[in-house]
Amino acid sequence: MSILHGESYKPRNGFTRWLEKRLPIIGLIYPAFVTFPTPRNLNYAYTFGGILLVCLMIQIISGIVLSMHYTPHVDYAFESIEHIMRDVNYGWLIRYMHANGASMFFLAVYIHIFRGLYYGSYKEPRELLWIIGVMLYLMMMATAFLGYLLPWGQMSFWGATVITNFFSAIPFVGDAIVEWLRGGFSIDNATLNRFFSLHYLLPFMIVGVVVLHIWGLHVVGNSNPTGVELQKKEETVPFHPYYTLKDGFALVLFLMLFALFLFYMPNVLGHTDNYIKADSLVTPAHIVPEWYFLPFYAILRAVPDKLLGVLIMFASIGVLFILPWLDTSPVRSAAFRPLYRQFFWIFVFVCLGLGYMGAMPPEGLYLTMSRLLTVYYFFHFLFVLPVLGFFETPRPLPASIMPSVLDTEGKGDVDEGA
Amino acid sequence: MSESDVTELGRRDFLYIATGSFAAVGLSLSAWPFISQMNPDAGVQSLASVVVDLEPIEIGQSITVKWQGKPVFIRHRTPKEIEVSRSVSVLSLIDSDARNENLPGADASDENRVANPDWLVAVGICTHLGCIPVSGAGELGGWLCPCHGSIYDASGRVLKGPAPENLLVPPYVFESNSKIRIG
Repeated sequence: MSILHGESYKPRNGFTRWLEKRLPIIGLIYPAFVTFPTPRNLNYAYTFGGILLVCLMIQIISGIVLSMHYTPHVDYAFESIEHIMRDVNYGWLIRYMHANGASMFFLAVYIHIFRGLYYGSYKEPRELLWIIGVMLYLMMMATAFLGYLLPWGQMSFWGATVITNFFSAIPFVGDAIVEWLRGGFSIDNATLNRFFSLHYLLPFMIVGVVVLHIWGLHVVGNSNPTGVELQKKEETVPFHPYYTLKDGFALVLFLMLFALFLFYMPNVLGHTDNYIKADSLVTPAHIVPEWYFLPFYAILRAVPDKLLGVLIMFASIGVLFILPWLDTSPVRSAAFRPLYRQFFWIFVFVCLGLGYMGAMPPEGLYLTMSRLLTVYYFFHFLFVLPVLGFFETPRPLPASIMPSVLDTEGKGDVDEGA
Repeated sequence: MSESDVTELGRRDFLYIATGSFAAVGLSLSAWPFISQMNPDAGVQSLASVVVDLEPIEIGQSITVKWQGKPVFIRHRTPKEIEVSRSVSVLSLIDSDARNENLPGADASDENRVANPDWLVAVGICTHLGCIPVSGAGELGGWLCPCHGSIYDASGRVLKGPAPENLLVPPYVFESNSKIRIG
């Protein structure tokens, strides 16, 4: 793995020499983030890791500010959100940034995950890197769910009611667990307080796991669009300035999309019912989660049995943990797997379809379609991926990543961006 | 291995394992207050029972009262609703348990679901994922859950999933002919 060893840091002045002798912190960061050898052929799909890091920082900074003006109490929570929107200087900006930032965070993470699926980034030796990533995704989902209760609107209240009720499906102890989670017989002040506390805690735990994710990445190195492992130092460039600038440019484009939502349609991704204060005696006509949970909601509702529905919904994420061992093909990148490439795009459309079904009422054709799509979702992981490895004839792999860098052979096969 | 080795190692091992076990048990026990504090506190648990006056509720009318933070449906059933509810065969139901806290273990016949045939009292929380069913909607004019489409009859029994259980009948008693106490 000596290819992955970035040039070490050499202190140039008296202060850094003094510091490095006592606490070699620059020497720790420098080879990991400045000179770290990165494949020369990464395309724009690979910029989302950096974008996600920025998303996390935006959420943490805006969240800390919001908590200075928010009151986690059933009598004041809803009003304190309006107070933030109307009275606090730039409160509207910071709240919309936090709310839409969550959507942008999930948009980026979905692109990041599907990039990993397309290029087979989860395969040996990056299985653990992938698993840590799935854990991060789960922690993001938990954080988003906890945070959604805080505005104390109708969707907040009923979303939390439905999701805490998942646990009542557990045989024998289910109801006791639900009461324990809520701290009451229904969602109430105790629930709001603990959700606020945990919503504040989890992002910092995410930061910790992100450190593990990056650490793991730096041990095995980046994957790349060809899926061929690096062989020579010449196939790499130092992370800075090459990828700091490439990631930076992608970030600017991404932030333009963010700004479009933030300034021109800040409520389009939210639900209007959440501007009605929580009422424990009235259920909204349709309880729908935020868009980023819709595919899983569709899977939940597709199953007519309560316990099975909850189990299958959790299994739809759980299956990602064993993905590195389900895919039997030794070839990583879909660029050299003609059949997998088609199945990949079918899978993308199935996920989008499930998202659409999650937003629709669970009846008639919608219900039939969500059942079909749910079956296909698992069919992809449990049948297509294991079997395809045996039947597919991959296209010949290049000897190294260099043809894709020099654009001689393999043009148009590998990627659009690099 | 010589005998002295065995005894020496055995004694050390015992002390080592015993000390470690004590520490582990102590640590696990000290976690309990931190787990238990999340359960409903005394204030939440002390929520008193509610007394409801049935006098103003007309035949065919359904009201919702709040008990322990949960909605409770009280329906003054029409003779037709009673008749239809009584004619349903228990075997045809998704959930054959009465789910009546006053009659634990009874079967789900309409007689076991109500104390007085004119009045149905049931916790208004869908047994699927906790939404509040809408009164007067769905087949048989019972309840329809707007979230995932479960249908309940005028006896609060589930007729169509995904809900797995009948609406829960809370503990209640008739204090007089026109007053009930829930809880």
